[in-house]
Amino acid sequence: MATISADNHGLRLVVRYVVLTLIAVIFIFPLLFMVMSSLKPSDQLLRDTASLRAFLPVGDIGFANYADAFSRAPVALFVFNSVLVTGVTVLLSLFLCSLAAFSFTFLNWKGRDLLLGIVIATLIVPFETIAIPLLLLVSKLPWIGLDGLQFGWLNTYRVQIIPWIADGLTVFLFVQYFKDLPRELIEAARVEGASWWQIYRRIVMPLAGPVLATAAILKFLVMYNQYLWPLIVVQQESYRPVMVGLQYFFQLDTAWGEIMAYLTIITVPVLAFYLIMQRAFISSIASTGVKG
Amino acid sequence: MTSKLTTSNRAGWAFALPGFGLIALFIVIPFFFAFYLSLTNQRLISPNPTEFVGLKNYDNLLSIGVLTIEPERDDSGAIVRDDNGVPEYPRVRGFTRNNPDYPQFDGMREWFRWQSGDTAKVVVASDVVFWKSLWNTVKFVIVVAPVQAGLALCLALLINQRLRGINVYRAIYFMPVVVSIVVVSLLWRFLYSPDNGLLNNMLHGLSFGLFEPHDWLGNPDTALGSIMAMSIWQAVGFHMVIWLAGLQTISPSLYEAASIEGASKWQTFRYVTWPGLRNTAVLVLIVITMQAFALFAQIDVMTNGGPLDSTTTLVFQTVERGYGKQDISGGATISVILFLLVLSISLIQRFLTRER
Repeated sequence: MATISADNHGLRLVVRYVVLTLIAVIFIFPLLFMVMSSLKPSDQLLRDTASLRAFLPVGDIGFANYADAFSRAPVALFVFNSVLVTGVTVLLSLFLCSLAAFSFTFLNWKGRDLLLGIVIATLIVPFETIAIPLLLLVSKLPWIGLDGLQFGWLNTYRVQIIPWIADGLTVFLFVQYFKDLPRELIEAARVEGASWWQIYRRIVMPLAGPVLATAAILKFLVMYNQYLWPLIVVQQESYRPVMVGLQYFFQLDTAWGEIMAYLTIITVPVLAFYLIMQRAFISSIASTGVKG
Repeated sequence: MTSKLTTSNRAGWAFALPGFGLIALFIVIPFFFAFYLSLTNQRLISPNPTEFVGLKNYDNLLSIGVLTIEPERDDSGAIVRDDNGVPEYPRVRGFTRNNPDYPQFDGMREWFRWQSGDTAKVVVASDVVFWKSLWNTVKFVIVVAPVQAGLALCLALLINQRLRGINVYRAIYFMPVVVSIVVVSLLWRFLYSPDNGLLNNMLHGLSFGLFEPHDWLGNPDTALGSIMAMSIWQAVGFHMVIWLAGLQTISPSLYEAASIEGASKWQTFRYVTWPGLRNTAVLVLIVITMQAFALFAQIDVMTNGGPLDSTTTLVFQTVERGYGKQDISGGATISVILFLLVLSISLIQRFLTRER
């Protein structure tokens, strides 16, 4: 009896792992194919798709595609643009959204509930429904730069950064987190005569590590993977981010080897970052799901 | 409870204003701006002043009608049939081009038709591409929302067991979520490719050569379905994680009670797990629906709306018109329609899943 049930148990365990692994293969094979193909000359790449060699680093392996990708397109510039836009937006977003959420949560002021209500209401407005009016708006907005007053934000870094700094979800995540902090802490600090800025800076923010990580990861994913917005507001190559830069590779002949190299360059760093910070990534997605 | 200690209008506004101001300027104003623009003939760049045109844009998009066409008859009154016995009909253009008998159909084009007896019913619309994009978007949402939510729940239940190394599997299932949809679309374009495509080669191999290569994205019958499959593949991990978070809020003591009572696996799911997931289910459905309505990058990278407009979507049309043709008011009108759709679907979902 005992041996039979033990066998059964063992068998069921094996079945479970087999099922889990088969599903894992479904999720992993296109990415594996991308990385392996980036190492092969285009003609071999196409031939290999007929067999499992497509997923193996075999044949004429090398980094020629990477060199060709760099010489065909300003890859480094695109990566720089994306990193700059993403980095600046994430930092400003963390600062301004946490500041607003701090005020919404801990301070009493006239109009607070109305403004918070408006912020929450924006959660049901998909960006895609405001993209066109926003395009017209940013094409007319003024800006005071080094050469004086100008109108129109198209083809700049700021048009990719400023509209994305504040959003309802980020503010909402901070509000949810701040609500659970002990209010007595803030009131005690007020009694001691601390200014609101000091309370934000010295008491609340040092406790906000987890929500800062969550908000940063979500913003990072949105910004780095940005496509529709830069597509319509940036025509000049010098400001283009990585996803829009892809168009470069379809201009003359479609060189799949170079495309795979470019895709690998812009994807693998993010994947590596994700695998290192896996828990933080997954819990930040999960925390968007706990909303009321 | 309002305490004097925490009341400060000046500090409150000062702290909230930078963030709120940006939200107001870049989300709230464009949102209302869309409604306004949809009532004008605004273009991105135009020498002429913008005019208020009322509901003309909506009329241009939404006008639709059914035209009943009698088959052609010869002199004796018999129906003219082609070699296959199918009745022949006069051309639709004869009804929609300056025909004084049908002023309501003027300028419209055929969307699709069906046969009713010997007469043909032809659906004509003034903007057929818009109707196709609406229909494609609705099809996409109707298929992707339940399938993706269901698969994500299955994966979450699979991952939610105590097994050594389960976190590795969770990490792998989630992996496509962090990859840009643009990258994913391009990769899958290659997988779906008619020659040398991995999918064709795989099916060819698995069927021992019986399967003939198919042009997945080039065929109007399979293009949208192929994009659906890829979109589900990319985002299912996202919703798996949300389901997992929901599963973990269910108290283990409920499961213990169920196992003491001798509940089967299905009963445990039906009476313990599923009721505990109610709020998560609402959220997952609303989020997927909103994401599905926003379908754009896949189309832009993979098919450009084709073949024969079989994959064009509402967002693709807003961009093509508002940006491509610089027709801001036309794009804004579709945006407003899209928003009203998203809003009404979320409200219906909330209503159907409300607490009773």
